[in-house]
Amino acid sequence: MLDTNQNNIQKRIRGRVLLNNVLKVLFFTSTTVGLIFLALLLYRVLTQGIGYLNGNFISNFPAPYPEEAGIFAGLIGSIMLIGIVAPVAIVIGVGTAIFLEEYAYKNRWTKFIQVNIQNLAGVPSIVYGLLGLTFFVYMLRFGYTLIAGGLTMALLVLPVIVVAAQEAIRSVPADIKEASYGMGASKWQTIRRVVLPAALPGILTGTILALSRAIGETAPLIIVGAATAIYTIPDSLLSKYTVMPIQIFNWTGRPQEEWQFVAAAGIIVLLIVLLLMNAIAVFIRNKF
Amino acid sequence: MEKAFKDETIDLDVQALIDNKRKKKSISGKIEKLVPAFLLLCASVSVLTTAGILFTLLRESITFFSSTSIFDFYTGTQWSPWSGHFGVLPLITGTLLITLIAAIVAVPLGLMSAIFLSEYASNRARKIIKPTLEVLAGIPTVVYGFFALTFVTPLLKSFLPGLGVFNALSAGIVVGIMIIPMIASLSEDAMNSVPNNLREGALALGATKLEVAFKVVLPAAFSGIMASIVLAISRAIGETMIVVIAAGASPALTFDPTRSIQTLTAFIVQGATGDTTFGSTIYYSIYAVGATLFIFTLLMNMLSQYISRKFREEY
Repeated sequence: MLDTNQNNIQKRIRGRVLLNNVLKVLFFTSTTVGLIFLALLLYRVLTQGIGYLNGNFISNFPAPYPEEAGIFAGLIGSIMLIGIVAPVAIVIGVGTAIFLEEYAYKNRWTKFIQVNIQNLAGVPSIVYGLLGLTFFVYMLRFGYTLIAGGLTMALLVLPVIVVAAQEAIRSVPADIKEASYGMGASKWQTIRRVVLPAALPGILTGTILALSRAIGETAPLIIVGAATAIYTIPDSLLSKYTVMPIQIFNWTGRPQEEWQFVAAAGIIVLLIVLLLMNAIAVFIRNKF
Repeated sequence: MEKAFKDETIDLDVQALIDNKRKKKSISGKIEKLVPAFLLLCASVSVLTTAGILFTLLRESITFFSSTSIFDFYTGTQWSPWSGHFGVLPLITGTLLITLIAAIVAVPLGLMSAIFLSEYASNRARKIIKPTLEVLAGIPTVVYGFFALTFVTPLLKSFLPGLGVFNALSAGIVVGIMIIPMIASLSEDAMNSVPNNLREGALALGATKLEVAFKVVLPAAFSGIMASIVLAISRAIGETMIVVIAAGASPALTFDPTRSIQTLTAFIVQGATGDTTFGSTIYYSIYAVGATLFIFTLLMNMLSQYISRKFREEY
């Protein structure tokens, strides 16, 4: 009687342990699905694109033949775009974060701004494109220009920068702030000389990640009219422009197979730029 | 005489110092007052952005609905704007189909990854795997689109010969893979914040790790997990480039994943890139579609925030 009971219990325990082990394998396998996909993606892009990736590809403008097509206009366009996005989004984003963390009273308005920023972060990027189309392209009459694209993208990455900067500012220990006040420093002096330097690594890391999102973003720029083919480098804020993802999108959409390889080569350049930016972010995070 | 002279210089110095100090103080006093005003201006940009989005979508949609009835728009089953049929249902079902396929792929895989990372993986393994998985989230969506079109579709075609070049299945799967890191990472954060003594209590009672995960950690982290899933689904609804590249541009009232479809987002791209002129009906229809998309994602985001507020377990 007792023996069968014990046998039953042991059986059940064995079953439970077995189930645990089986599912552990299943969980591990699921985790690898994402990783395998990532590896496959990188492998495919590399093997397809490497043949077209050479000096000419970097320095050529778009062309009607795959052998002559290059990403120069897109690369320069992306860099110029970031040149607009970065100062606008950083000043406004960090300013917002300082305001919310250091100046704002904890009242309904502050809460409203906070919730609003959270919701903005969840708005699909293409909706920002529509905002940019109405406001920058038509209402401010910028047309399909670099500045319209840059400002649209700045609004898009703003919530990400605000949240990152807020977290960085919040994590500055209160005692060094109090020490600064205790020495007679005013509020702004404390923020400028104590809080911001201490929060800088966090702010920079978040900002670089946000900017790398802006570099890879395509949809809103299609809406605000980034060109698919231009043959001169933009020489002013009101020039036509193109960016790397738009070029890649354009090449991907062409039916002949060679264009796929060109697109893959473009993706390699795009990913290298992103990799560089992320490496800088990681470096800053580890350094400070 | 000498003494007086000395006094004078000291007097002069002090006066200058005082003046200097006053001047500095008045400047820094002004800065102290100006800075918060400037920062408030910065903070108002985000509020203005929201107002701008609402205003644009609303204004252009209202113009659109003055020529097309809002009832026909939301109940119409034919979307062919260039021949004057504005029934948005095919775009909505297209979006839902993509979202559904993405959720079927991403929810189980994401949750199981999260459980593995939080309950089974060693600290070292987690430190390597989690950031690698998050790389997936940093890859531009146009790259995913390229991959869906040139790799996933041909691959699926070898199993499903009837699959079109553009189809919902391939796009949906890739959107799903794109949102895996979102679910995995956020859910893992939620599970990680469940205090260890709950786990240890269950383990001490003889539970296996699996039982701890399903009967202790998952219920305790429920709100965070649900919020992450809803947020990821909202991302899938708003995803544009993968769908534009891999799912084609043929609006169809169908749930057949092997066919080409069009989503709300994909139409906005098509409508904005074609030779659409400012002020035409198609131009305004982009905004009506955009407003519909915005409402969908806003509801999902609010649901996510509501879940994480309402069902949060505090320890």
